[in-house]
Amino acid sequence: MDAILLQILNGLDKGGAYALIALGLTLVFGTLGVVNFAHGALFMLGAFCAVTFQKIMTFSKQVKDESITFFDAYKEIPYLEIWFGETGTMLIDWVVPLSILLAIPVMLLIGLIMERGLIQYFYKRSHAEQILVTFGLAIVIQEIIKSFFGANPIPTPAPEIVAGSANIGALFGLSDSVVYPYWRLIYLAFAFVVIGAVFAFLQFTTFGMVVRAGMADRETVSLLGINVERRFTIVFGIAAVVAGLAGVMYTPILPPDYHIGMDFLVLSFVVVVVGGMGSLAGAVAAGFLLGILQSFASMNEIKAIFPGIDQIIIYLVAVVILLTRPRGLLGRKGVMED
Amino acid sequence: MKIFKLSRNDTILMLGFAIAILLMPIWLQPIGAAYPDLLQKFAIFGLFAIGFNILFGLTGYLSFGHAVFLGIGSYTTVWTFKLLSMNVVPAVIFGTLLAGLFAVVIGYVSLRRTGIYFSILTLAFAQMSYNLAYSVLTPITNGETGLRVLRDDPRVLDGLFGVVQEGSPVGNFFGINMQGYPGFYFCAVVLIIGFFISLRIFRSPFGLKLTAIKSNQNRMRYTGFNTRPYLLWAFVISGMYAGMAGSLMAVTDPLAGAERMQWTASGEVVLMTILGGVGTLIGPMLGALLIKYFENIFSAFNESALHDMFSFLPSLLENLMVTVVHPFVGDGWHLTLGTLFMVIVIFLPGGLVEGVTRLFKRRKSDGVSAKNPGPES
Amino acid sequence: MAENIVLNIQNVDKTFGGLQALSNVNLQIEEGKIHAIIGPNGAGKSTLLNVCIGRLEPTSGTVRFDGEIITGKTPYEINQAGVARVFQTPEIFPELTILENVMIPALAKRDGAFSFNPFKLMSDETDILKEAEHVLEDMGLIDQMHDHSGSMSRGDKRRLELAMGLVQRPRLLLLDEPTAGMSRADTNATIETLIRIKERGMTKVIIEHDMHVVFSLADKISVLAQGAIIAEGVPDEIRGNPKVQEAYLGGAH
Repeated sequence: MDAILLQILNGLDKGGAYALIALGLTLVFGTLGVVNFAHGALFMLGAFCAVTFQKIMTFSKQVKDESITFFDAYKEIPYLEIWFGETGTMLIDWVVPLSILLAIPVMLLIGLIMERGLIQYFYKRSHAEQILVTFGLAIVIQEIIKSFFGANPIPTPAPEIVAGSANIGALFGLSDSVVYPYWRLIYLAFAFVVIGAVFAFLQFTTFGMVVRAGMADRETVSLLGINVERRFTIVFGIAAVVAGLAGVMYTPILPPDYHIGMDFLVLSFVVVVVGGMGSLAGAVAAGFLLGILQSFASMNEIKAIFPGIDQIIIYLVAVVILLTRPRGLLGRKGVMED
Repeated sequence: MKIFKLSRNDTILMLGFAIAILLMPIWLQPIGAAYPDLLQKFAIFGLFAIGFNILFGLTGYLSFGHAVFLGIGSYTTVWTFKLLSMNVVPAVIFGTLLAGLFAVVIGYVSLRRTGIYFSILTLAFAQMSYNLAYSVLTPITNGETGLRVLRDDPRVLDGLFGVVQEGSPVGNFFGINMQGYPGFYFCAVVLIIGFFISLRIFRSPFGLKLTAIKSNQNRMRYTGFNTRPYLLWAFVISGMYAGMAGSLMAVTDPLAGAERMQWTASGEVVLMTILGGVGTLIGPMLGALLIKYFENIFSAFNESALHDMFSFLPSLLENLMVTVVHPFVGDGWHLTLGTLFMVIVIFLPGGLVEGVTRLFKRRKSDGVSAKNPGPES
Repeated sequence: MAENIVLNIQNVDKTFGGLQALSNVNLQIEEGKIHAIIGPNGAGKSTLLNVCIGRLEPTSGTVRFDGEIITGKTPYEINQAGVARVFQTPEIFPELTILENVMIPALAKRDGAFSFNPFKLMSDETDILKEAEHVLEDMGLIDQMHDHSGSMSRGDKRRLELAMGLVQRPRLLLLDEPTAGMSRADTNATIETLIRIKERGMTKVIIEHDMHVVFSLADKISVLAQGAIIAEGVPDEIRGNPKVQEAYLGGAH
């Protein structure tokens, strides 16, 4: 029982990341009609927003290390600590959550530039061409990041106060073996908040209403004299921010490197397809579902029966779903069938 | 003989192709690309791209998992080397056939869907194979280390015929070692045969039907065609080309690793085909040639080589140029590749062949030109 | 009479959700005749045609072609059995030349639903070429046959559609408004062509709005209104039928 609970929890945070990326991917597809292979790169850029912010915050000065007396030793002390003392140390500790503030405007800007600079010219081109050009863009972005930050994963720890683990098992009256890092709980909560915010935005604002109408029937909405394209540009920006935030918050769970985006992209694409192209609820549901499935598949008991199943489970599910339910779990009829 | 029959123009094309390929060691000399390792790569990736084009170019189905067949070809070839003989003929035949067998299975399942769903299905199969090759299948694939030929492998056939292996085992064609120039010429001959088959497919009713499926599959069904077996054959043929290319990789260098199956490798063959011209005959070869050439040139550069290159400039300018160019070369070759990908798709969606055709014919392109394999054109 | 019925539509119903598109349609098409189906917009004419070629499956009832049930068969099986369709909106192969567009259906007729012949040469297919050229000659498209079909005018595309149907020499040809969108001159030319090939013993079902076309071609007319057949007979009977006039005047326009 507790093993099952643990696996569900383990799956949820990864599922949260899948859901957030897939949400933007399917939003962009549903509105702009563009298959964006560079969406994973946005996730990665978000993660590197956190890395950059950490670099800025820990900008250091070399000072003589007084504790070592028998030779001249130097240590690095961040300027923030020198200037603000304790407060500075705390700011550095909280660098990941704080970088959300940086990531929102930066990702929005990147999203808008990407859409206006490239994506808008591909609305009417074939899906194959969209895939290819955004695939190229994704390579370019990740190589640029590589040349700035190197090829190795960069650790970006969570704030000290949430570095420990919660004893979930005790909470549910199970054994003590179900412990779960606080940060993963935070990530999960964060994912829910962001997903909720996106849905609320689409459901309750006029802007969201137009976007939803545009997703359902773009031509008609354009005929009403509403400038759908401008709104769609903003939708792309929002998708970029969502992916970016997912990336920022994921850094303490997995130290980011330049190809983290590609790794997540392929899986998120599978998530989108399983959920149903253009279905927001489908993307979220499939994200969590596949996250949990993956986590179950990596249990030793399961692996003993089906060796290697953890490596392929997501793809296997995708193949089965695509063959039995061609439009995915919640997909609309007629989307991308040609 | 009827089987070798071609129209006059196609005969010229075929002869031109064969001569150009066989003479590569000469005409690539001035640009510093005429050494065997690179020449082998040209031929192998050319074959890969030509085969990929039979699927993507004729039917329009974009597979993002073709590297799987490359990997299967390599593994099978190395296993044939290990178990049967270092002779390359059985190795290449088995590699091609097994890749074809896998293509039947993967194609049968993937082709039940079209468009992006097809692409995702092929990608899913590729990722599964790649992940499995690294994990549970280690006894067959030797995991991260890669599969190699060892001195004390059984090699039943070689033992039977008393072929003695001296030193570390090398693939051979009835006694001729498949390394260096002989290796290249072997690959080149296979490539030329592959090109000929592709040419004949393009000019056949089968090829015309595939193009019609690409143009309007629904109409094909109402015209009386069961389109799925056509697509499956195209998929299997292109899978076999990929398997053969993978075999040749192992022939020239008896080693197989899982990274050959990664989806970036699948992406590379897509790029080659697009760069040269999707659905054209020589486009894929051209694309493979250019990409492998530039990969080779660009990744060889390092910072000091760049400084040498720009040393004629004033030092401030020299440093500036080096800073600008540096991210694109050496390890940054992928950056160039990605940029190239974008530039081609944005500005020249028909690829180089169409670009050249447009330049020569000087007429507005409206989907005319090289896109279609007509009986005459 | 029963032996020369080519297409036999029996008790066909088709509902979309709650909407009754066809209700208990019974229709017999005789061999060698041109049978027109007319009716106001939304009467279910296209639905009926789609049921016949396997694009839609009827909710109940059967369609027999040559005595064999074809409901539930795939479109290509129905075509191979001898039913070809000319589409209302041109469904051609825009990337191919006009000639190739016509050779494709000719190949379907000769090779069947699937044949693997990657080593034949198109340039050796002289019989296919001759057939295609013959039909293109009939349709007046022979001079431009090496042009790409995607850039043809709409009227020419309709004629190409017709050529693609005719080249298969099907036992039954279903024409969905073959002259819609054509100029008067083109319409007349098409009527002439259809009359000219009438002698070849091909059975045709025509759905048509243009009464001029219907009355100059049809041997028999069925009138469809709100999913049901309300009248059937030779052109003169239909012309004077008060039910038909009512359907058109008070119909779903």
